[in-house]
Amino acid sequence: MTFALALHIALAGMMLGLAAWTIAARETFAAVVGFVVYGLFLALVWVRLDALDVALAEAAIGGGLNGLLLLGAAARLRAAEAPADAERPGASLRLLAALLSATVAAALAAAVLLLPEPAPTLAPAAAANAAATGLANPVTNVLMAFRAMDTMLEKVVLLLAVVGVWSIAPDHFWGGRPGVRHQADPQGTLAFLARVLTPFGIVVGIYLSWTGASHPGGAFQGATILAAMWLLIMMAGLADTPPMNARRLRLMLIAGPAVFLLVGLGGLAFGAAFLAYPAAYAKPLILAIEAAMVLTVAITLGLLVAGPPERSAAP
Amino acid sequence: MPDPAPALDAVTAGAFLLVLAIVVPVAGLLAAFAAGGRWVERIALTTLPLGLAIAVAIAIALWRTDAPIVYLLGAWAPPLGVALRADGLSALMMAITAVVICGVGIFACADFRIPAGATEARAPFAFWILLLAIWAALNMVFVAGDLFTLYVALELLTFAAVPLVSLDGRAETLQAALRYLIFALLGSAFYLVGSALLYGAYGTLDIVLLSHQLRAQPATLVAAALMTVGLLAKTALFPLHLWLPPAHAGAPAACSAVLSALVVKGSFFIVVRLWFGVMPGLPGSAAAQLLAALGAAAIVLGSIVALRQERLKLLVAYSTLAQIGYLFLMFPLALDPATARLASGGALAGGILQAISHATAKAAMFMSAGLLYAALGHDRISGLAGVARALPLSVLAFALGGMALIGPPGSGAYLAKTLLLQAADDGGQWWWTVVIQAGGMFTAGYWLLVLVHTLARGDASAALRARVSRLQEAAALALALCSLLLGLFPWDAYLAIPAGAAASNPLTLKALSSLLWPIVGGAVLATLLGRSGLPPARLRVENLLVAVIRPVRRGVLVLSGTIERLDGALRQWPVAAISLLVIAMLLGAAMQAAQSLD
Amino acid sequence: MSIASVFALCAAAAVGLGLYGLLVSPQPLRKILAFNLLGSGVFVLFGVVARRGAAAGFASDPIPQALVITGIVVAFSATALAVALLLRLLQVSGSATLAAHSSARSSRDPAGT
Repeated sequence: MTFALALHIALAGMMLGLAAWTIAARETFAAVVGFVVYGLFLALVWVRLDALDVALAEAAIGGGLNGLLLLGAAARLRAAEAPADAERPGASLRLLAALLSATVAAALAAAVLLLPEPAPTLAPAAAANAAATGLANPVTNVLMAFRAMDTMLEKVVLLLAVVGVWSIAPDHFWGGRPGVRHQADPQGTLAFLARVLTPFGIVVGIYLSWTGASHPGGAFQGATILAAMWLLIMMAGLADTPPMNARRLRLMLIAGPAVFLLVGLGGLAFGAAFLAYPAAYAKPLILAIEAAMVLTVAITLGLLVAGPPERSAAP
Repeated sequence: MPDPAPALDAVTAGAFLLVLAIVVPVAGLLAAFAAGGRWVERIALTTLPLGLAIAVAIAIALWRTDAPIVYLLGAWAPPLGVALRADGLSALMMAITAVVICGVGIFACADFRIPAGATEARAPFAFWILLLAIWAALNMVFVAGDLFTLYVALELLTFAAVPLVSLDGRAETLQAALRYLIFALLGSAFYLVGSALLYGAYGTLDIVLLSHQLRAQPATLVAAALMTVGLLAKTALFPLHLWLPPAHAGAPAACSAVLSALVVKGSFFIVVRLWFGVMPGLPGSAAAQLLAALGAAAIVLGSIVALRQERLKLLVAYSTLAQIGYLFLMFPLALDPATARLASGGALAGGILQAISHATAKAAMFMSAGLLYAALGHDRISGLAGVARALPLSVLAFALGGMALIGPPGSGAYLAKTLLLQAADDGGQWWWTVVIQAGGMFTAGYWLLVLVHTLARGDASAALRARVSRLQEAAALALALCSLLLGLFPWDAYLAIPAGAAASNPLTLKALSSLLWPIVGGAVLATLLGRSGLPPARLRVENLLVAVIRPVRRGVLVLSGTIERLDGALRQWPVAAISLLVIAMLLGAAMQAAQSLD
Repeated sequence: MSIASVFALCAAAAVGLGLYGLLVSPQPLRKILAFNLLGSGVFVLFGVVARRGAAAGFASDPIPQALVITGIVVAFSATALAVALLLRLLQVSGSATLAAHSSARSSRDPAGT
């Protein structure tokens, strides 16, 4: 057993320990904290699997924003936890569930370990066709060129999630501002952090999106950091959530999928196919789509964390 | 499905229509979202005829052709890129989706009005955008040729369907929506893990390429079992039906119509693509019989619990449960005994026809149930006396829709039943013949129950709380009539229907008698199981009859009580989730057994 | 045992733990948490498949990586929708539980039949 293998086993072991903590912890808030740390370890696992773009996405969205959302929910649900405990299934049912889950996990492990060697892969095809877009990051190539339809549809899924979250609001708050109004001591640490960190965060976010064309990074990862900065400002009370019926907000929310759709239709009308890029303009078009995507995804992710409107639009 | 290997790289004429079928609803929903206010409904209503025209155009393009329409997105061929493929199945499902959504759209105009003086309201805004999203997602499901694109389409469908359940904001519907969402997410996680294994084994997620390369390996078997079970959870097949009754019964009428008629058919269609398209030779007889056995159990449990319901919308929701079971009867019947592969023949055509006629009929039933609820202020079945005279068109829509489900000659369900019965005869699987016939009786049972209550003497017109819009009644009636007349459509232009089945004369005595047995059996079941009990007996003959029926009824009620308790137990979350894993294991074992026997 | 195999076992175990949590935890938020765990296990399985597909100068097959990024975003939006439903349920009903409080229909007949 080499040192590297031992380290990886240790990493996997810590991850599983945290996963078990997430399931077994008594208090939900503690479980969520464990889950956030699990997310950070998971990002390390992605680095060891040589998937840096995914590591960034996992750290930002999976661990970061997801954790933020769940922490907020756990805090608000603290009071309702104890009554639900009474519905815990009996010991025999839990044992059966454990056995069945273990069997499924074992079947999965066996299936993956018995996958054929040499592993079939599309990496050579991706490498051979990379010249079509002029981007050096193969994952961005897949997201924006080879499988652009999935990415475009996923933007629509994000918009649908916002519509779904908004539809949960009470009727009289429709048109109002999502989330609660946060107040923080203007001289305190949180406001200080928000003021100092945000400019850096914005630069890092924009850089991550821009550099995704040739290095690990990309629109999602950069947009998440921008969303996080926006949320930080709102949580420090330095700005308020916008009212949900603001025309500019709505336009910014559809900018990403709309630009994607327009470029795609342009390909349908003038080019080879829907979502095909002309060879000469591939890179500028993709960057334009990504710019619109960053704007939309940043605002969408921020709104998803903020939640449905909980007050009227009056400031 | 015909082997489209030569068409893999070729883009056929008119293929851009497939793209438009997805792009038009998406563009509509983006425009509606940005415009807001009263424009949301206007943009949605403008998109409806456009989408219908595109669906019809695709159907015309696929008239009597063997080769599917193929479109390569971004001009990238699989396995690197994603292809859209439409065959006869896709065209039919897209057409019926367009028809039902147009009907629901017309129906919903009256229900989702923005109150005067307000620029925008929550429910109308959400409803129209979610409706367009469901349409885009379903069209994607019917034409996508890649398993991961199907996953994104499935998630879009779930995200659009869940908020429709809780649109009225009550605690019960919020709970039902949350239960639906989490169970559906469990299903999609299973689907995704299966896709990961298939990619790991074959290096592609394209349906046609996978079908060429698929061999029985551990990874493939595990993937097949997990993906199928995940999709069954989203389709609410017994015993994974815990989320469906409260969700479909609690949603507003137009939303229930879309949810029951179309949304559950999306995941069902992917099961069909998976079993018939990707891995026709893999499941084998045992797994197919297992699926159909679950379907038979769904028919029995769903129908019996439906007969015992007090509320009309819950009865219709449990009826959906039973009809979903019907859809899965085709799997063992489509198995070609010589090659042990699933063949795209009469049984597949019967199953798809069943799905299509159920879509229109169930939409009509939910719409009319919604009209009755709005007019009376309640939907208690026992309180429906006299409604047939007060709201004749609504009751007629319900009656025609229910009858279409039973399958009178000339309807889609009749043709579907004929095809399935023929396949059962050919394969010697007589037990499914029994199930199919019994299913007809059960359906007639709860249909008659409701109709008898509406026809009973009573003065409901005094209790009417609101006027019923003629447009809404017309929409419900139109869909019901559509379902009744579906048998007249030339299905053999799109589906591989064995010669002679479609041409049988629907007006023969034999055909008409096939309607008689379900109705007689249904009347018996309704008498034995209906909640209102037997009417007071006045004549001597009636007294005698009642004396005979009463002990039988008592016995039957004990049985049905057990079934209701079983349903209640299965709809507890831990039990349902455990049965999900058990079914996954049974499916995996069955598939493994089929492979070992080869 | 290679690095990919270690993480494959880890991912399968995460899937098992997530499944157990989904089956057994009564609180909906714990179920959502368990679903996220299950999802992360599925994504790492994709990652193992990608790592095994290293070729042509790439350390890892880019297609599964793109699928995982899409999956992470979809899982986050699902969590956001579920949390919004849950919090509103708490607001409206005062309790946050998935168990229906109205039990199954009574099978007793009305008197006289």
